[in-house]
Amino acid sequence: MKKFKRFATKSRLGSTLILILISTIWLLPTVGLLITSMRESTEAQTTGWWNAITHFTPDSWTLQAFADVMSNDGLGSSIVSSFAVTLPATILPLLLAAYAAFGFTFLTFKGREFIFSILIGLLVIPLQGALVPVLKLFLKFTDLTGIEISGQYAAAWFVHAAFAMPLAVYILRNYMMSIPVPLIEAARVDGASNFTIFWRLVLPISVPALASFAIFQFLWVWNDYLIAFVFVGNDHPVLTYKLLSMLGQYGEGWQSVAAGSFVSMSVPLLVFFSLQRYFIRGLTAGAVK
Amino acid sequence: MKDLLVATEAIVIGIFVTVFIFWLGNKIVEALPSKLRKVLQPWVFIGPVVILISLFLIYPTVQSIRLSFMEEAIDGSTTWVGLTNYRDIFGDVDFRTMLVNNLTWIAIVPIVVVSIGLAIAQLANNVGPKREKFFKSAIFMPMAISFVSAATIWRLIYSYIPEGQSQTGLLNAMWTAFGGTPQTWLQLEGFKLNNIFLMIIFIWLNVGFAMVLMSAAIKAVPEDTIEAGRMDGASARQLFFRIILPQIWGTALSVFITVLIGAMKIFDIVLAMTGGNYNTNVLAQNFYNEYFIYGNTGKAMATVVVLIAIIAPVMAYQVRHYRKMDMAR
Repeated sequence: MKKFKRFATKSRLGSTLILILISTIWLLPTVGLLITSMRESTEAQTTGWWNAITHFTPDSWTLQAFADVMSNDGLGSSIVSSFAVTLPATILPLLLAAYAAFGFTFLTFKGREFIFSILIGLLVIPLQGALVPVLKLFLKFTDLTGIEISGQYAAAWFVHAAFAMPLAVYILRNYMMSIPVPLIEAARVDGASNFTIFWRLVLPISVPALASFAIFQFLWVWNDYLIAFVFVGNDHPVLTYKLLSMLGQYGEGWQSVAAGSFVSMSVPLLVFFSLQRYFIRGLTAGAVK
Repeated sequence: MKDLLVATEAIVIGIFVTVFIFWLGNKIVEALPSKLRKVLQPWVFIGPVVILISLFLIYPTVQSIRLSFMEEAIDGSTTWVGLTNYRDIFGDVDFRTMLVNNLTWIAIVPIVVVSIGLAIAQLANNVGPKREKFFKSAIFMPMAISFVSAATIWRLIYSYIPEGQSQTGLLNAMWTAFGGTPQTWLQLEGFKLNNIFLMIIFIWLNVGFAMVLMSAAIKAVPEDTIEAGRMDGASARQLFFRIILPQIWGTALSVFITVLIGAMKIFDIVLAMTGGNYNTNVLAQNFYNEYFIYGNTGKAMATVVVLIAIIAPVMAYQVRHYRKMDMAR
């Protein structure tokens, strides 16, 4: 036993050392970005970011790049665009998916399993598979009605909502299936309509599952490039779109690109670290049973 | 500011309208004779989703497949060309390189991600809860970062400055410190090295995902099975390979497949790092190039259909796997 204890402490120390090494490797790239974003422009162009530490002088540290990207590159309005795409594209599909999950869980009707299977089956379709026809659909709609959809936020909301649906309904239905049926029956006996049961009973109980999915969807939409590029584009450039065009332009300078990148990362990182618990719960609920 | 107002308005109006539609639908259905009510009520709940996915998922996918057999003129008119698009892409050397690149991605990435994730999960499991939380957060963090931001981060690492000047890229700085000459890492095509440099970014982003799931699975392994192994004098290595690993195999497999699907669809990293140049092109990137750069709808759609054909069976397996587990609950 004594021998085992010694072995355990030794392996604990060894594990810690290896983990310190791996964590350092994992964090280093991001640290490099952060330091680069706070460097003076010419220095950032001519020397590596580690020189800011090895040859430390207070003068070579500045927040100028952040001020520059906000005003010159219009990153400020891109932050607003990103929120304008992400918030509705997170909340609206969540509500729709919750309704549908309720229908699939607590109401019996002909073809229920069949429709549900098709919905889940749609998980196999990659985004690219539907993109072009949807774009054409929006253009046709504009031809017929004169209402512009493509290039507006609403276009991205619809597409994000539709693509979120299979997984959202699946996760929410799984969660709702754990609600005891007698509870629902009792409410029905008391004369509650399905509408009331959904809002008063099922939705409040499902909050943890809704929260997990909302975080996923928020991160996914915020970080998405393709849908934003195709459906919103240059009219309201979101952060990923802006950042990629900054990457393509020479003369922007490392410190600017790094600052822009850091701005675009800050929101998801904030969401991520403040709600990490829900996020991890959602991940594990999906894959470990 | 105006944009944010539009978004807020959309959320409020959107929620209000959806709730109102559901409420109205429910009221109308409730007023119907009970037989009709029973038939129609479910549709109040699932109807909107059915419409949404029909319009934005099912119809477009069918249309994509149809377009892959068409040729589109500049005015948007289409003519049926049969298998010509497919013959064109498969006859193209670049397309075959692409397929090989996609294959390299799926051959390397999933196994590496799962192995590193598993190793970290196992190591973190025996350093105590405080340290475990810290290390996990560090490795998990990249999951919140977009592919485009990740590309910025890694461009800083792979950047190239001609010999004789101070290197700004971390990799070249280390390489030259050990006496090498500066390399343009993303243009090294031998042994698919530049593809591997792109894969490293994807691995960096996804190991956290694997780690979290593997860690949860390891913690769910019953303590008495490990204790029993210990009693029988198993070494730490034997404990892991003979007792823990077999019990978390199912989770490892579903993580593997999830990462595999992600690697098949890889796009943003390639776009932001090389744009598919220097023989790093992949299917999803080719779709983007064919449609948005060359305006070649038919070939773009044929590429997409090939992509769907590769992904669909794997995804179908994954979905069936999940559903079977749900049935068993």
